[in-house]
Order: sequence, then structure tokens, then C-alpha cells
Amino acid sequence: MLKEGKVRIPSGCAIAAIIDRKGNMINGSEIIKSISLMHDRSNGLGGGFAAYGIYPEHKDEYAIHVFYDSADARKKCEEFLFKHFNIDVAERIPTKQVANIEKGPDIWRYFGKANRVRMKNARLDEEEYVAKCVTNVNNGIDGAYIFSSGKNMGCFKAVGYPEDVGEFYMLDNYNAYIWTAHGRFPTNTPGWWGGSHPFNILDWSIVHNGEISSYDANRRYIEQFGYKCTMQTDTEVITYLFDHLLRHHRLPIDVAADVLTAPEWEEIDRMEKDKKEYYTTLRSIYSGALVNGPFSVILGSNKGLLAINDRLKLRSLTAATKGDKAYFASEESAIRIICPDPEKVWSVSGAEPVFIPLEIETSEVEDL
Amino acid sequence: MIGYIPRKFTVIRDNDLCTNCGGCVSQCANECHSINAEKNRVLTNSNNCVACHRCVDMCPVSALRIEKYICDYRNNANWTPEYQQEIVRQANTGSTLLSAMGNPKPYPIYWDKILLNASQVTNPSIDPLREPMEIRTILGRKPDKIEIEKKGKSLTKMPPQIILETPIMFSAMSFGSISLNAQKALAMAAKELGTIFNTGEGGLHPDLESFGKYAAVQVASGRFGVHKGYLNNCRFIEIKIGQGAKPGIGGHLPGEKVNVEVSNARMIPEGSDAISPAPHHDIYSIEDLRQLIWSLKQATDATKPVAVKIAAVHNIAAIASGCARAGADIVVIDGFRGGTGAAPTRIRDNVGIPIELALAAADQRLRDEGIRSTISLVASGSFRCSSDIVKAIALGADACYVASAPLIAMGCHMCHTCNTGKCNWGIATQKPELTKRLNPNMAQKRIENLVNAWNHEIKEIMGGMGINAIDSLRGNRLMLRGIGLTNKELEILGIIHAGE
Repeated sequence: MLKEGKVRIPSGCAIAAIIDRKGNMINGSEIIKSISLMHDRSNGLGGGFAAYGIYPEHKDEYAIHVFYDSADARKKCEEFLFKHFNIDVAERIPTKQVANIEKGPDIWRYFGKANRVRMKNARLDEEEYVAKCVTNVNNGIDGAYIFSSGKNMGCFKAVGYPEDVGEFYMLDNYNAYIWTAHGRFPTNTPGWWGGSHPFNILDWSIVHNGEISSYDANRRYIEQFGYKCTMQTDTEVITYLFDHLLRHHRLPIDVAADVLTAPEWEEIDRMEKDKKEYYTTLRSIYSGALVNGPFSVILGSNKGLLAINDRLKLRSLTAATKGDKAYFASEESAIRIICPDPEKVWSVSGAEPVFIPLEIETSEVEDL
Repeated sequence: MIGYIPRKFTVIRDNDLCTNCGGCVSQCANECHSINAEKNRVLTNSNNCVACHRCVDMCPVSALRIEKYICDYRNNANWTPEYQQEIVRQANTGSTLLSAMGNPKPYPIYWDKILLNASQVTNPSIDPLREPMEIRTILGRKPDKIEIEKKGKSLTKMPPQIILETPIMFSAMSFGSISLNAQKALAMAAKELGTIFNTGEGGLHPDLESFGKYAAVQVASGRFGVHKGYLNNCRFIEIKIGQGAKPGIGGHLPGEKVNVEVSNARMIPEGSDAISPAPHHDIYSIEDLRQLIWSLKQATDATKPVAVKIAAVHNIAAIASGCARAGADIVVIDGFRGGTGAAPTRIRDNVGIPIELALAAADQRLRDEGIRSTISLVASGSFRCSSDIVKAIALGADACYVASAPLIAMGCHMCHTCNTGKCNWGIATQKPELTKRLNPNMAQKRIENLVNAWNHEIKEIMGGMGINAIDSLRGNRLMLRGIGLTNKELEILGIIHAGE
């Protein structure tokens, strides 16, 4: 069977997320509890988590998580990484044996800063440089796959049910101020670990439920700007759309969300002048970035948590708040099992993005 | 007799039904029917019949029928009757062969070799009766990115944009090549449908000046009818470099068709031939095109987008990209099956390439260069139905131009003799006794019906794909699959084969 990226694999899913906007730490066991309630929404062919704030001792360094299929791949990749980064730490990511997780790749992580000399010679800014390095490894070194490359954050994923993946990585040993989780229900898959979600580039991680019908329109739009959609997944293309809008076009996150889930013309035509002009301009310029078909997406970053839903509300996504915490999940029950008495519960509606910003000191957060 | 060409059709009159009312006699401008006063009977001479069906459709007792006239030659796959007859015609006259309408040769029609997708289970189809289906289309140059003050407040000053309520526009047909009534019908329909009609290179008749908001005005190599008022009374200006039916050559409206009205609109003397040269005599390279674009922008205070229409030829991708870089806000590509009022037969049948391949190649090239999203791409050159349009948009077009389809809606029967000026349906003629046959209001209604029907079908197909905004169909080639195509064809179209 063809590996993901050689073939497009649609999938349904479960997603969940928690944020503490004041930056208080939440243990990994919470998010596992939430996502595991939605067991039936996955089929054991992919699960994963993203956690923000887990590496405070390395917060100024990139945390690079890599899957290796062979020792040779590791040798080649490390050669590349040691050349392009000043690596401080190189270690196996601690895991434990779990019955339902089959033997997978060798999983390593590296902490380090970008090699400034190489970066300057390449005439790239730091983020562009790091993003290029990740792309070069993933496209150029057979058997090596970087699945996490942000600062003070990390993705953890595998082929299996999400609760088993959480146990495998011993996520109860990690504390984070933002957690996102994903359980996958692909319609067919060769069971490749790299194909599990969240999908990550730099600081951005995406979990997504649904199958977008605008995929190729979005892919061909974003590939104009140097991106290469090698995974052929919705999650990948949505991540790149956000990355492009936020990093290259410097749009605020809520404006980027408006691009992906723009209101309908009927609604825009009824708006007052400024808003009408804003949305008309947005839809006119970013027509290729409009996302269509059923989806619910949670975008995690060190800036906060963004949840968007498709324009017709074809996919479920519930939000809730209590105190400094906000919760999202495909099903309300998955929120209530970890927060039985939320102050507010609502269904995220199409074209009305919800953004929960992280309100900790900016110096603590890498400014994007 | 050397020089004789057997007729093409036979008009068959059922004498049991015919009441000898003489209706057909007055209907046929080709003079196929006549009254024999002695016998008090209507007689038929089939030699002039072009199969326009006017007499058939108008006969109150359905007594008439048209049949192909078969006069066999000895079989020869190489020297077909068609080639022999064309040689005879040229031996008779010493002239270039002329034809009308689009390339009729059996070249591959890729629309018929592309299949569309629909949603099943993993993502739902959308019911267009319940959910909004957006086909609004915006043409014009776009900046790379938006500048905002905050969410809800844009600081970007947008270049002039054309907002259409359908991706279907009416392509250029000049007053002169078609009658004023036909152009009026298109203009009125464009207004009602929220789209535009195109004046062609014929100027704007005073009766249509109030339709400026729904007009694209053409500036072609003859510059007929072009003045400041004309340029400023439109939604966009279209520089016509080439036409799919006759790439590389100009146009010729014979003096007989230049009556006082046509002469006024074109700003040429009555009865004089209107000859559009092959090239624009001020455009000998891409930088000259840039100058013309900017001259037009200056003449209109930059309030009108400028489109450049080019014929689909071999190097189309690079040419389209050049036009975009020369400042064209909209690039129109006209495929070799595009229609025309008159074209040299050899050119019409042998020059240019299919719109499907040209569109796919140009869209991909503009994307490879990272400029596709900043300009609009319009496809033209024979769209026969709504699914052709859906396929064109999925290949990468923003909008499509149609001309033959609305002509057929108005009564055209594709008899391929527009160049004779004897159109019995009152469309491609300037003879007052013929043009008065076309009631502009009724024709308008029929064109509106057609476009509304196609709009419905486009929405239905989009809904089936799980798409509710045409933005998400545009360039979405994963919605297409080829059937019976070679690897090379699939590669150029940028699609994969059915079953993959």
C-alpha cells in the first residue's frame, strides 16, 4: 500500500483541547480522559497530542521530535540537524510498552537553536530557516520524519487509539497550559506514525475533524507560496494556510480565521459598510484559502487556542469555559467528564471562530 | 459541368399537408421557396438550403422537413467529398475559403473525457435547496494580502473589482456581426442576471449606452468605435489580441453590412469595409501591450479593470503569464473551438489548441509563478452546457465566456453561414426585414432562462461535491478524473485517471 503523502486518505475524527489562559499547568491525564471518552470516534489507526509549556527549561530552543525508521536514517538526519542547529540535548523520547501500540519507529527529540551562520548565509529569517530545515528532512531523508518543531511545545503521536498513545508517551508526566488531542478514523491507511495528528510546523499545531471538499483548491493556492503538501492531508493544508496568513501576511489570528471560514455573501450583503468592505476584500483576495466542506479545527500555538467550524456547521464542536480554563471537544460529554460544571457551554457555530488567548507575560512567549 | 458542387440538403415538402400558404417563401432569405402563380403552388429549390430550419419551425402545418442530400463519390478516406468540393470552390473563385462558427472538426473534446466527483459518506453532499450555494464571482486584480486596522476594518484600497452573480459571461459579439436586437437581448439579460455582455469590436450603439454597467467594451486592432466616452462607459475594457476561431489574423466586416447605424457605432464611413489588421499596429511586443494597458488605465482614471484576450496557441502558458505581468487584470483565453461570424476555413480548422489544455497549462504556470491569485483567468471557446463550465472552473478558470449557447437560445441553428449576412433568425444579419424577426424582449427571456438553468445545475453539481462556494471549486482539480486519456494528456490537464 502507498504511504501517506503518495495517496490522499480522508478520515473522520475526534478532537479535544484544554487551555488555561493564565498559564497554570494542566496535567496530561486530563486531556487523555477527555479524548478517551470519544473512543468510538476513532478506529485505532491514529492518535496524538500537542502540549504547550512542557519544556520550560528549554523554552528558547526548538524542540525537534523525530521518527526514525532505521539507524541509517537517524545517522543522516542527525548529521543534518547538528549542522543546521546548535543542538544542546539529543535523547530518546521516553515511552513505555503498551499492549495496543505496535512496534513503531525509533523516537528522538533534540533541543537546540538555529545555526545563525547558516541561517544568515541562507538569507532567511529564523522561522523560515527552521521551517525549511524541517521540510528538507521530511522530503529529503528517507525514513526520517520531523513531527514536531516548535519552542516549549511538543507533539506526541502514534498509530493507535489516543488513550493508548497517551499512555505510551506517559503524558501524565507532562504539564502544559494548552493541550490538544486527536483520535483518527481514516478510511484506509498504511498505518504510518507520521500520518497521525496533530500536524505541526514551528509553533503551530492542528487537530482537525472532517474531510474538506476544498482540499485541492486550498493546496494549489498555498503551493504558490513555496509550500509543498507532501502529506496530502486536510490537516497539513490547513496548517500551511494558517502559517502563511499568520507568519507571512502577519494577520491577527482572528482575521486568519475569517479567511478560512468567511461568512456567506448573503450575510455580508446585509452588513454595515466597514464590515461589508472588510469581508468582501477578504473573500476577494483570499478566495483560494476559503475552506469548504465539513470540518472542525483547533489550532494551538503559544498565543492561545483557536477553534473554527465549517460554514454550514456540518461537524460538531462544543466549547465550554470555567474560570481561567476553556475546553473544546467534538462531543459535550468529553468536556463534562473533566469539567462537570462548566460556567458556559456552547456549540461553536460556523463562521464564528472562537479564540482563547494565552494571557501570560509576553516575555515568556516566543513572539511570532 | 466542371465547377458544380452538389447541394448539401434537400427540403422535403409533404404536399398532403402543405396548404400553399406561402409562409416559407417569406421566411427564407436564401430564396429556397417560391410561388408558382400558374399552378398556384409553393415550390422548393433546395440548392440554397443551409439547414437553418427557419421554414421548418415556422410552417403552421409542419409540412416541411430537411434531409442531408447524399450524392456519393467513390470512397476515399483521403480525398473526402469535403476536400474535393473545397478545391472546386477555390477553382471557381480563386478565393480564401470562409466559414462561420467554431472549429467543427472531430478533434478531441476533453470536456467529454473528464468526469466529476461527488461526496459519499466520508463527507456529505450539500442540498442546494436547503443551504446557500454561492456562485458569486469576483474578477479583477487583487493585492497579495489584506492590510487591516483590526478585525472588521480593512485598510486595503482594492483595485476596481467586477462582481458577477454567475461565473457565466457573454463573450464578444460586435454590433455588425450580430444585429442590434440580438445585442440588446444580451445586454438586457446581462443586467437581469448580474453578469456582463461584451461589445466586441463594434462600438456601443446609442440604444445600449444605458447598459454600460453591464458591458465589457473591446479595444481591438481596428480600434473601431473606441473613444473616451466608450472606454468610460463599461465594467471593464478588453484588449483583443486574438480570437480562438482565427488566431493570428484580423477581421473583416464587408462594406455591405456597414449601414448607417453600424457606421456610426464603429466611427467609419457608411459602406466601407471594416478591416481589423492582424496585429495591433502599436503592439509589436509585450512591452507595447503594457503601454496600451496603461494608456487605457489613464484614459479611465484607473477605474476600469483591463482584460487581455488571447487565442489559445502553442505557447499559451508563457503568453498568459506575460499578459499578467504586463498589467492585465484579467486574462481571457479563447480556445480553438470558439465561434466567429467569419473566419478563413483553413485557419479556423487548423490553428490553435483546445481550451481545456490551454486553460490547464496557463493556470498551472501562473501558480508556479505565484501570481495566479492576483489576477483573474477567464476561459472561452465553446461551453456547451453547465458541466463544461464546472470542469473549466475546476481546471482553474474564474469565469467562462459563452456566445454560441445564448445565440442558440435566441434561435440560432448553427447553420454556419453567419458570414453571408442572410441569417433567417435575425441574429447575424443587418437586413431590417430579418432583424425585426428577433424580438429583443423574448430573446432576453430565453437567454435568462438558459443561464438560470445552468446556474441551478452548477449549484446542484457543487452541492454533490460537498462544496457550497464556487471559490472552493476553482482550481480544485481533485474533483476531476480523466477517462480514456493518455498520461501526457493527464499530465497537462493536471488530473488523474478515473479509478485512481
